[in-house]
Amino acid sequence: MNTCAESFETLILRSLGREYGARLLPSGLDITVCDQVALIASGLIWNVYFAVLALSFGFVLATVVALGKASPSAWLNRPARGFIFLFRGSPLFVQFFFVYEALVLLPRAGVTLGEITVPTQWMMRAWAGALFVLFLNTSAYTAEIFHGALASIPKGDSEAADAYGLTGWRKFRRITWPTMLRLAWPSYTNEAIFLLHATTLVFFSAFPAWQQMGDALYYAQYFAAQTFNPFIAYPLVGLYFVLMTLTVIGLFGIVNRRLNRHLPRAARARFRFRPQYIR
Amino acid sequence: MFTFCSDPSTLPDWQWMACYLTTGSHMALYRSVLVVLLLLALAAPLALGMGFLGALAVRAQSRLVRLPGLAYVSMVRGVPDIIFFLFVPLAIDQGVEYARHRLLCPDWPDPVRQGNDFIVCPAAKMPLATDPAWVHDVWGFSLALFAFALVFGAFAANTLNGAMAAVPRAQLETGEAYGMTRAQTFRRILLPQMWVYALPGLSNLWMILTKATPLLFLLGIQDVVFWARELGGQKTGHYAYAHPDWRVWYFLGVLVFYLGLTWISQKVFDRLMARLNHGQATAGGEALRKAAA
Repeated sequence: MNTCAESFETLILRSLGREYGARLLPSGLDITVCDQVALIASGLIWNVYFAVLALSFGFVLATVVALGKASPSAWLNRPARGFIFLFRGSPLFVQFFFVYEALVLLPRAGVTLGEITVPTQWMMRAWAGALFVLFLNTSAYTAEIFHGALASIPKGDSEAADAYGLTGWRKFRRITWPTMLRLAWPSYTNEAIFLLHATTLVFFSAFPAWQQMGDALYYAQYFAAQTFNPFIAYPLVGLYFVLMTLTVIGLFGIVNRRLNRHLPRAARARFRFRPQYIR
Repeated sequence: MFTFCSDPSTLPDWQWMACYLTTGSHMALYRSVLVVLLLLALAAPLALGMGFLGALAVRAQSRLVRLPGLAYVSMVRGVPDIIFFLFVPLAIDQGVEYARHRLLCPDWPDPVRQGNDFIVCPAAKMPLATDPAWVHDVWGFSLALFAFALVFGAFAANTLNGAMAAVPRAQLETGEAYGMTRAQTFRRILLPQMWVYALPGLSNLWMILTKATPLLFLLGIQDVVFWARELGGQKTGHYAYAHPDWRVWYFLGVLVFYLGLTWISQKVFDRLMARLNHGQATAGGEALRKAAA
């Protein structure tokens, strides 16, 4: 049995590895409520890690894919459509399995490219492999949102840009892109929330939690299985996610205000919680 | 399956494949596809029904009905639904066993929770230890089905509530002008008119439900994901059909299956939307009118 202070000290960073806390997770009758509070909170580190990195990288790729889909050239348009269909049309859960099994087939010793040997073992770890899947997945969903926003940029805005002699990159940078972001932002907020929620799938699909370094739901399930009592761990992880969702809404709200700062108050896009629940 | 399958080690390639793909465990894989479709076929109407009740509760005038409705609808917001899929079946299982325990074994001396164990009297087990295997399967499937209906019912309640609010007020006033009661207006005008507003949301929901079905695997149901893992793994010479690690191909198959499912659904919904838009005072209806003229 740990005292509450001990639980926090030994478990709050445990999801980063054995070096950062207790070597063994509390088990059996030794589990206290404080253990559950601390260890599940520790797991949130991974949820935040996956969500923040996948969203950041995904943002860039999504812009490229959205522009590709909006392009009149079939050479750009077809691959972009295909990419979006592939990742939006299939379950994220199956995507995790597929990519993991594909990575497993890579030679263990590493791939030799000319002189250098690229190691492959790290790709099978969740921090890299699952992040890669989440990145592609959110890129596809975000690209669809950005494409919709590109299509609804007011005609007048882009005509005004033409009238000022803005073309090419400068027009995109100064007019098209900010307007697209402004229009897409409320939907993008929803996408961010659901990507955060989707990070709970990582350790329930193919990717193993190496040395019991898992996310919040992984630990919640561990406790539910150990104590055979689902009524503490699952509501707790649910509560954590409600708080994280509120944080995301708050942070994205600040950006939304900045994107809309030149508009009269009544014309500003407001965030509405629109479900896009599972992927 | 085929007569030439008796000794797989001597077969040429295409016959080996034909025999391999028709073994008993592959038949189980094909049956598991039916399990997925069955879950979809049952969960969709159940969720729609629960969503309908939820939407009615949210719109009710009495606060006693409205507050539980609001609690149900907002339950799924902010919490990843996979938590519900893990929590609900376990909670219901324990709840049912506890209730049966209190009813069937009132004289049981020991407490139900002893340390980390949850022990009810043998007569209260659900299903009973003596029940045949299919009862266990049906019970497990029902719990999963209920979890799906509960979560997606809350989503559907949001959509249906929005759709009911979107029906133009003037159409309801027309009903009142004809002297219809509240119930008549609801049945004759609101209900038929709301579908066109609900369909985009409901079609999205169907897509999400389709893509949530592989989570059945987490609930211990032997679904396509389970069999893909099971059959794809490396088979050594001890097996009749030895092959290396083929899991990636099996999951490619599962991926294509789901892509096909969403693709077909999209086509069906596009046609349905065109039908519902017919003659409606919406942008979609306007587009149909212009195209016809």
